[in-house]
Amino acid sequence: MNDLRLWLAIGAVVIASSVGDVLLSKAMKRIGDLDELRSKRGLLAVITRVASNKTFLVALACLIFSFFALLTALSWGDASLVAPASASLTFICSAILAKYFLHENVDRRRWIAAGLVCVGVALLAQ
Amino acid sequence: MKLKKVLIYAAIACCNGTGDVMLKRGMQDLGPIALSNWTHVFSAVMNPWVMLGILFLGGFFYAYLTALSWADLTFVLPATAFGYVVTALLSAYFLHETVSLWRWAGVLMITCGVGLVSGGPSLTEPRRSDSLTGAEDPA
Repeated sequence: MNDLRLWLAIGAVVIASSVGDVLLSKAMKRIGDLDELRSKRGLLAVITRVASNKTFLVALACLIFSFFALLTALSWGDASLVAPASASLTFICSAILAKYFLHENVDRRRWIAAGLVCVGVALLAQ
Repeated sequence: MKLKKVLIYAAIACCNGTGDVMLKRGMQDLGPIALSNWTHVFSAVMNPWVMLGILFLGGFFYAYLTALSWADLTFVLPATAFGYVVTALLSAYFLHETVSLWRWAGVLMITCGVGLVSGGPSLTEPRRSDSLTGAEDPA
């Protein structure tokens, strides 16, 4: 029962943060290079520009939800299990979403890296 | 450009890992949260460790946004995974959780994955068909 409760919390973290990541990436590509914007117009302009982007705000809502789900999960299990388990699954979920929704070129190098990171993160949970 | 990649990777990994461990340290003070009293989770933000964790995660978020503004999500993600290597190291030395040989093997694999992806291109080149049909393309 406690295990099921913990994995449900981890599942909520994974789905919310993957969707959040993809939306965030989409929003930031539309806004453009933050370093460049900051050096030209200053930090305030960066904050205004980012905070007024609707996609960013939806992404932020997803990430805030996943943050509180993570806090809850962390109170139920070890940091060295909860953090890697949610990361590993988020990693796979986000890579798939990035390929199909953001049309990123996930080439062989990136799939091998994704595999290594996933297995590595799964080993962390041993 | 190369230095920019390295710095942003380091900032993402360090802030993410340290932030998570600070959060866990804070949640240890609070104890387990009961489902019947789940709003208790919001009082966690008053704990100094959780505050420090949020501060670190704020730094992580800024670095992450900056990276996403000029790099692919699948390029930036391994950097966030590298944060869990930092989490494992800090969990062992700071929270005194046991880190087995398997976990160290995991740390090694994540490090290899990050090394591999960071050596490649950071952004997907627009495909030819996209640029031909793309309305936003000035050419």
